[in-house]
Amino acid sequence: MTDIHTPGSKRTLGTDVVIVGGGIVGASAALALRQKGIAVVLLERDVCGSRSSGINYGGVRRQGRLAAQLPLSQRAHHIWARLPELIGIDGEYVRSGHLKLGVCAADMASLENYAQMAARYDLPLEILDQQQLRRRFPWISQRAIGGSYCAEDGHANPRLVSPAFAHAAGRLGAQIFDQTPVSRIEHDGQRFIVDCPQLQVRAPLLINCAGAWGHRIAAWFDEQVPLQVSCPNMTVTEPLPLFMDASIGIEGGSIYARQVSRGNCVIGGGQGYTTSDTTARPGREAVLELMKVASGLFPALASAHLIRFWSGIEGNIPDRNPVVGPSHTTPGLFHGFGFCGAGFQIGPAVGEVLAELIDDGHTPTPIDAFAINRFSTASSTLMSTTIVSGDE
Amino acid sequence: MSSAASLTTLPPVIVGAGPAGIRAAETLVRAGLRPVLIDETAKGGGQIYRQQPDGFSRPAKALYGFEASRAEALHASWRALLDQVDYRPHTLVWNSEGGELDLLQVREQHYDGQPWQQLILATGATDRILPFQGWTLPGVYTLGAAQIALKYQATAIGSRVVFAGTGPLLYLIAYQYAKAGVEVAAVLDSAPFSAKLQATPAMLKGPAVFAKGLWYLGWLKARGIRIEYDAHLLAASGDQRLTAVRWRQQGQEQQLDCDGLGFGYALRSETQLADILDCRFQFDELNRAWLPVRDAMGRSSRDGVYLAGDGAGIMGADAAEWAGELAALALLQDSGRAVDATRVSQLQQQLARTRQFRQALEDAFPFPEQWVHEVADDVVLCRCENVTVGEARRLISELSLQDMNRLKAHSRVGMGRCQGRMCGLAAAELLAATSGQSVADAGRLRAQAPVKPLPYAIAPTVQQWSPALPVTAVAEEADHD
Ligand SMILES: Cc1cc2nc3c(=O)[nH]c(=O)nc-3n(C[C@H](O)[C@H](O)[C@H](O)COP(=O)(O)OP(=O)(O)OC[C@H]3O[C@@H](n4cnc5c(N)ncnc54)[C@H](O)[C@@H]3O)c2cc1C
Ligand SMILES: Cc1cc2nc3c(=O)[nH]c(=O)nc-3n(C[C@H](O)[C@H](O)[C@H](O)COP(=O)(O)OP(=O)(O)OC[C@H]3O[C@@H](n4cnc5c(N)ncnc54)[C@H](O)[C@@H]3O)c2cc1C
Repeated sequence: MTDIHTPGSKRTLGTDVVIVGGGIVGASAALALRQKGIAVVLLERDVCGSRSSGINYGGVRRQGRLAAQLPLSQRAHHIWARLPELIGIDGEYVRSGHLKLGVCAADMASLENYAQMAARYDLPLEILDQQQLRRRFPWISQRAIGGSYCAEDGHANPRLVSPAFAHAAGRLGAQIFDQTPVSRIEHDGQRFIVDCPQLQVRAPLLINCAGAWGHRIAAWFDEQVPLQVSCPNMTVTEPLPLFMDASIGIEGGSIYARQVSRGNCVIGGGQGYTTSDTTARPGREAVLELMKVASGLFPALASAHLIRFWSGIEGNIPDRNPVVGPSHTTPGLFHGFGFCGAGFQIGPAVGEVLAELIDDGHTPTPIDAFAINRFSTASSTLMSTTIVSGDE
Repeated sequence: MSSAASLTTLPPVIVGAGPAGIRAAETLVRAGLRPVLIDETAKGGGQIYRQQPDGFSRPAKALYGFEASRAEALHASWRALLDQVDYRPHTLVWNSEGGELDLLQVREQHYDGQPWQQLILATGATDRILPFQGWTLPGVYTLGAAQIALKYQATAIGSRVVFAGTGPLLYLIAYQYAKAGVEVAAVLDSAPFSAKLQATPAMLKGPAVFAKGLWYLGWLKARGIRIEYDAHLLAASGDQRLTAVRWRQQGQEQQLDCDGLGFGYALRSETQLADILDCRFQFDELNRAWLPVRDAMGRSSRDGVYLAGDGAGIMGADAAEWAGELAALALLQDSGRAVDATRVSQLQQQLARTRQFRQALEDAFPFPEQWVHEVADDVVLCRCENVTVGEARRLISELSLQDMNRLKAHSRVGMGRCQGRMCGLAAAELLAATSGQSVADAGRLRAQAPVKPLPYAIAPTVQQWSPALPVTAVAEEADHD
């Protein structure tokens, strides 16, 4: 790494790879690159792991993902198993099991279809009928008529895990700059020139991990991605006696719930609203609806209190897949953004894939479905069909 | 009806029926309006003039001492207002979104919405807390809580009680307890006596309520009640509950048996609603806290939102009455009504004088800046989440934390039931001292709804249960777990 000080101007750094965005994806990429001995500078507008990656629900699940994501998700599953050795903390990661509930016959049919598909990706799911469900999970009300159980999925504490990826990358020698927004990027034919208010970084390779803002950076390189922001609602109860021994999802979305070892139940569902380009708040209607659905499913909540709500900003893409892979306009540029509300679990694998693309030029993990050039006019008609029918 | 027309017919809304809120309501009623007056408690009066529950009938003089006539006057105003305002007792404002307040009817536990276009926040204050070893032990209360127990329900926090900390309430409450016949074993003031001597001339010029502090001190001394200055709480000890208190004074440790301890270091403003309403905040040196900014009339940085009383900066009860009236006048002025300019400048002068006096008070009861350096690692900082001072210090150093919200994310300080309302200021002191910044630079916890814990019982009835949340956008179909 070269540190070029030009008198009278801002600090200038040279490196191999610049990463924009210090969420779990950017930090994992930085860590994976350092493991390969590649010099890297990570630029984060706020503080690493303080956006989506640090404030999400904390679900670490493979079940329910689109087929295209399952190979990546399986790869991530193995990384999560090594969390302490990788980032130095356990991040409160537990393989509690993930139980996706059905509340009507159509849900159950859909869960069964999904289980058959998932089996082809070596993801074993156990379909439970209402009796089995009652026996194994007596704390769930009769409203659920069955479920699909994935024993090795679970949950973790995003507040701890995501910043720890950045700290781990830093310990391996990544140069990390918090509070350093990237305001402009140019390419001089050989290198990217990345401008921040107090810093300029030059590197032949650039990774765009700017989360819900990643499409803006892509647009600087003439790549259009139909990304829209979403703001999932999160709530947490006061500590309650432990009862919820699996992380819960519901077929079709609705709410999701987990209980941490201190006893607080973290329950998400519905959408909030943005209050600025970077901040969001939970939505009143959705929170009240969430309380109704949650207390209908989990009688133990009837006399509980919610102590906090929050939301965050995530990038959503119509086909519910992220953008991961090389740019189609600019050699040396790679993207990893737009994770559609489910990037926490796969983030660490995306980091490794990006590092492989940079180091080897290819990755063994299939990522074709995430190519940035899928947003041509021809393919967008196709995509809207997918959205309506759903994929699970 | 067009939406513009319906908007202009909305009555002004006041949150808080303490001295500030009641005077604001009265001013609006006088101008012919019928405001909505929302308060979490059962009866108007706020903290200082809190009324006893039905069935209790102690005389005002016994309850409010010197302030009896002011209390009676305020209560009379409140009673006169009852059928001229839309009064909502037992009602907590827990959130606001898009021109509507979210309410919790505390007794029936049901949800209510309150649209607003003009809003006066008169949300008052709570005790300012600095933790010490054993502060979570049964028998240990804040000064305010000790006073509420006495004033509201005629109960004492113990039979042999110590009061510790600093601020005018310290002596007042010791006096009120002694007068009520409770044995006050000692008053431990963290401020040195010299601070009081130096501040005395300025204090004597000040508004009556606070200057009485000196009188209380004299009264306590005359009755032989032990008063220690420069006395810093070390520990409350006891097996199941409090049996003794330990403190340090000029390098010497001292101990005293007691079964009740009230402590506190003046007050802190209740600012979450202003924060949730996106009012701009600024660090205020005098209050040593981030507060919502207001102009000389009480206007916040947000159109239609006015701030009055201790909720916008600690100024005491009389100032709260003036600020409430002034904020209401600002609201009327902004609605295009004529207001009495002489009254406005009179109120502003009184408030300006009070603020000067506040400085003298701060000199007499200085914030104990050494606390942060002396507090032991094993002291519980955040009692909701059981985070110790040592753990917070370790994380601040190891992770080079600079900002309160990062400290919260990594340590869980301020993440529990109180949402940092109790531990937030102490945590900010700790962050500032450990990271080598000023308290101002350590920042403040962003407020999140709900303002206080929200019972599940308010959820719409489960009979109408439907499995899915309404889907209004494609994005919502995606799983987020
Ligand atoms: C409330 C919520 C709940 C969720 N729940 C789950 C869940 O349970 N399970 C799951 O798997 N996923 C979940 N997700 C999704 C998951 O959090 C995200 O997909 C994932 O964190 C995305 O990681 P990221 O690194 O792409 O984005 P981010 O964490 O948002 O990181 C992007 C970073 O880029 C920075 N940045 C942007 N522009 C610039 C610039 N110009 N210069 C410098 N820096 C810049 C941002 O400040 C940000 O820190 C949830 C998301 C939210 C919001
Ligand atoms: C416990 C305590 C005891 C005190 N005792 C004395 C004393 O003896 N002598 C003295 O001079 N000063 C005392 N003070 C200070 C004095 O109370 C204040 O200076 C004065 O009451 C300020 O008036 P206010 O109208 O600004 O606020 P307050 O009197 O505090 O009134 C605020 C009101 O708003 C309500 N409220 C707040 N938030 C919400 C919400 N989200 N939803 C609904 N309602 C809400 C509260 O329940 C309260 O009734 C005391 C303060 C406290 C905290």
